[in-house]
Amino acid sequence: MNSSYWNKVAQALRRDPVAMAAAALLALLLLAAWAAPWIAPADPYHGSMLHRLQPLGATGHWLGTDELGRDMLSRLLYGARLSLLIGVVPVAAAFVLGTVIGLFAGYVGGAANTLIMRTLDVFYAFPSVLLAVAIAGALGPGLSNSLLALTLVFVPQVVRVAESVTTQVRNLDYVEAARMSGAGSLRILREQILGNVLGPIFVYATGLLSVSMILGSGLSFLGLGVKPPEPEWGLMLNTLRSAIYLNPWIAALPGAMIFFTSIAFNLLADGVRSALELRA
Amino acid sequence: MLFFLLKRVVYAVPIALGVTLLTFLLVYLAPGDALNAIAPADAPAEVIAALKHTYGLDRPLPVQYGLWLARAMHGDLGNSIASGRAVRAEVLAAVGNTLKLALLAAGAGVLGGCLLGAVAGLRSGSALDRLATLLSLVGVSIPHYWLGMVLTIVFSIALPWLPAFGAGPDSAGGWVLDAAHLRYALLPAATMAVIPMGIVTRTVRALVSDTLGREFVLALRARGLGEFAVFCHVARNVAPTVLAVGGLQVGYLMGGSILVETVFAWPGTGFLLNTAIFQRDMPLLQGTILVLCLFFVALNLLVDLLQPLLDPRMVRR
Amino acid sequence: MNTPPDTVHQDRGGPAQPLLQVHKLKKYFPVRTGGWLRQPSYVHAVDEVSFSVAKGQTLGIVGESGCGKSTTARLVARLLPPDSGKLVFDGEGVAEFRGLALRDFRRNLQMVFQDSYASLNPRLTAAQSIAFGPRVHGVTAHAAQQLAESLLARVGLEPRQFAARYPHELSGGQRQRVNIARALAFDPRLLILDEAVAALDKSVQAQVLNLLQELKAERALTYLFISHDLHVVHYLSDQVMVMYLGQVVEIGPVRRIYDTPQHPYTRALLSATPSLDPARRTLQPPLQGDPPNPIDPAPGCRFRTRCAHAQAVCQERAPELLPCGDAPSHQVACHMQQPGSGDSQAVAVPEFVPMALATGGHA
Repeated sequence: MNSSYWNKVAQALRRDPVAMAAAALLALLLLAAWAAPWIAPADPYHGSMLHRLQPLGATGHWLGTDELGRDMLSRLLYGARLSLLIGVVPVAAAFVLGTVIGLFAGYVGGAANTLIMRTLDVFYAFPSVLLAVAIAGALGPGLSNSLLALTLVFVPQVVRVAESVTTQVRNLDYVEAARMSGAGSLRILREQILGNVLGPIFVYATGLLSVSMILGSGLSFLGLGVKPPEPEWGLMLNTLRSAIYLNPWIAALPGAMIFFTSIAFNLLADGVRSALELRA
Repeated sequence: MLFFLLKRVVYAVPIALGVTLLTFLLVYLAPGDALNAIAPADAPAEVIAALKHTYGLDRPLPVQYGLWLARAMHGDLGNSIASGRAVRAEVLAAVGNTLKLALLAAGAGVLGGCLLGAVAGLRSGSALDRLATLLSLVGVSIPHYWLGMVLTIVFSIALPWLPAFGAGPDSAGGWVLDAAHLRYALLPAATMAVIPMGIVTRTVRALVSDTLGREFVLALRARGLGEFAVFCHVARNVAPTVLAVGGLQVGYLMGGSILVETVFAWPGTGFLLNTAIFQRDMPLLQGTILVLCLFFVALNLLVDLLQPLLDPRMVRR
Repeated sequence: MNTPPDTVHQDRGGPAQPLLQVHKLKKYFPVRTGGWLRQPSYVHAVDEVSFSVAKGQTLGIVGESGCGKSTTARLVARLLPPDSGKLVFDGEGVAEFRGLALRDFRRNLQMVFQDSYASLNPRLTAAQSIAFGPRVHGVTAHAAQQLAESLLARVGLEPRQFAARYPHELSGGQRQRVNIARALAFDPRLLILDEAVAALDKSVQAQVLNLLQELKAERALTYLFISHDLHVVHYLSDQVMVMYLGQVVEIGPVRRIYDTPQHPYTRALLSATPSLDPARRTLQPPLQGDPPNPIDPAPGCRFRTRCAHAQAVCQERAPELLPCGDAPSHQVACHMQQPGSGDSQAVAVPEFVPMALATGGHA
């Protein structure tokens, strides 16, 4: 395993202006989310009913207020934390779990592989939204439940990619040469196979980031994810729905945030894919 | 080849069985009693026991699964705990509404995607290409439930052209293809169409651009074939994949319709799922998920079986 | 290297003991016919192959694609488990009770593969690939790196230039040198070269072959050299084994095989190599007929469908590998050469004119 490969990937990425812009945007968002307690102008949990649904540009509330009078800017900033969490955590978890299972299944082959892959095929038979909703619905609302539901939806997909790549690599001569050297399976997996397999899996996982965010916020939108009064963009869309008759643009704001963040994730993922393809 | 097709059909059976098992088990993941919906928490023990017996909830799990599966295979999906009506009737009515919406949306999305993708592929690198790429990026990045809301704001509130909710002028009936109902379907279908459009645009663009670069196109042009004729050849190469993708998209839309249907209060399976979850109506939830998934499995199977017929090169594993 | 006294690499059997003896190796691969109920068919990839290699010698294995040479190599290297058969290394049975442990066997035997690109991990530098093996066996990373660099120097690649290079930064010949260095890192006694020079340009081939000859002399190595290129095999080998459809059809000293081949297939192979001498023209196509199906082959001699001399006895009985006539080291599996086999040609051996190979046909 060498760092020079990933260095070269990072270099290629750095030369991609679109991906860099997307990365910068995401970094900015992350920073804002992390710094929310310091930069938010108001308390995201408390508001005055007297000032509910103030429009954009109202005094003291640049982005208006929501249906309970809470400052939208603050809610959006705090909401970034949860929404980004929902985007990143399930994908990261699925990346780790999926890689381990996929590597195992791909390396051992045979009956164990068939068993694992056929079991996962059953999960594959569910459209992802339906599966996420079904699991989240069964487990009940709550942030951790929706994180779990999303992870369970993504793991089979990552396993599929990981197993496929591992199976290809495992049959190459250099793996045979490593086996000839008497190295144990774990060592071979760690030193010879993993480095060659992580690339495609990583590309696939970055592609999942925007899906996770949209789906996760969607679960909150349905009332299956984050519970009120927590600020989360999807949940805010839900609670503000009734407000579209009074102040439509406020209601649209959280969704716009999801939209732009998702675009940034997708552009970054595209950049990562191009960078890795160049290195191949 | 026939053997391959047969193998594929046979293979779908354990998958379908697995789906039923998972559906059945999912519902039992739920913390709390299934009876919470109809029996208050402080009901006397005998009442709870009697209710459990009525719904068969006091038998061991594998037995419950077996009974449920046996009944399901005869088309009996039980009765909704909340409403008392037969699950089957409710689900089938909802499926009809969602299917119509999904077909409309997939049709529009695939058509739009083909057009955009073809134009982008033909004029690779041009401003039009970049626009198409941008649109497809939007298509895959946009949270469609938000888009639904935005479209509602624009076309229902700001410009009172289209209705914001429901599938028809009367809330009881389903959706049928007639003038009165078409208006109701426009916004939901447009919202849903964005997803397949994004995917199909990308796919078609890549395929067209790739096919145009192939040698046989060069050979066709060298033989003096006009652009339109060349395009027809390219279309024939691209068509099988597009049909496959389009077919699968119908499945995804059917399975993922809950979000859009919630926004528009469309009386489809998604809406039913929503109701079932919040009322903790297990039979309804199980029945809906089961029908949706089996439909998805059948659709996948159909696409797999049709592909080799359309494109002899691709015999999908 | 500060390692405990090395008993693994010691010469145990003495000079007369063959380094490698292979008894009736068998490997059949099931063919997936797609039906669960039908009896499975088998490809007879390696069918009761026996041979032995003396210490310090090179055994060349030749044959067409699909004759089982690579499978045999993998069976010997224990990359594939044989269905049956015995492997004896320096007098000890391999992976048998009271025999040589598989792990120790692996340190005595290494393999160089054909595809130089696929045989090196694209994520590891040349030195890292070479150092991997010693590190597995407990050598420290630093010592392994030093060993790798010294081996790189030995195979003709300047360590300062090449140690940190990745496979895609090396040419084909350089990659094969790295592969050889990697194999040498184990200090093996037997090296299997599976089409190791096949993918190289001729000039590079010559360099690599010369390197192999030098190494063999320096380190008292024994080679198993598999190739379909008869010139190269002639250059490098002391003994040659000819395989056809999973079986050994002829084996013997290189001179005898090339000058006086006994098996019709060997003759056909040799005459298929055109001569540079215009006076010697190939008068008739060396082989006739179609190669038989390697799946569940019919009884009798497997070459009979393409043999110009096939007779009834060839269909009834498969010929055994027996010494022919005056040279016990030269064995052939053909009814024609075996007196009393029932073949009408058994006593008289048809005349064969040696072709260009014996007279400077190699580079």
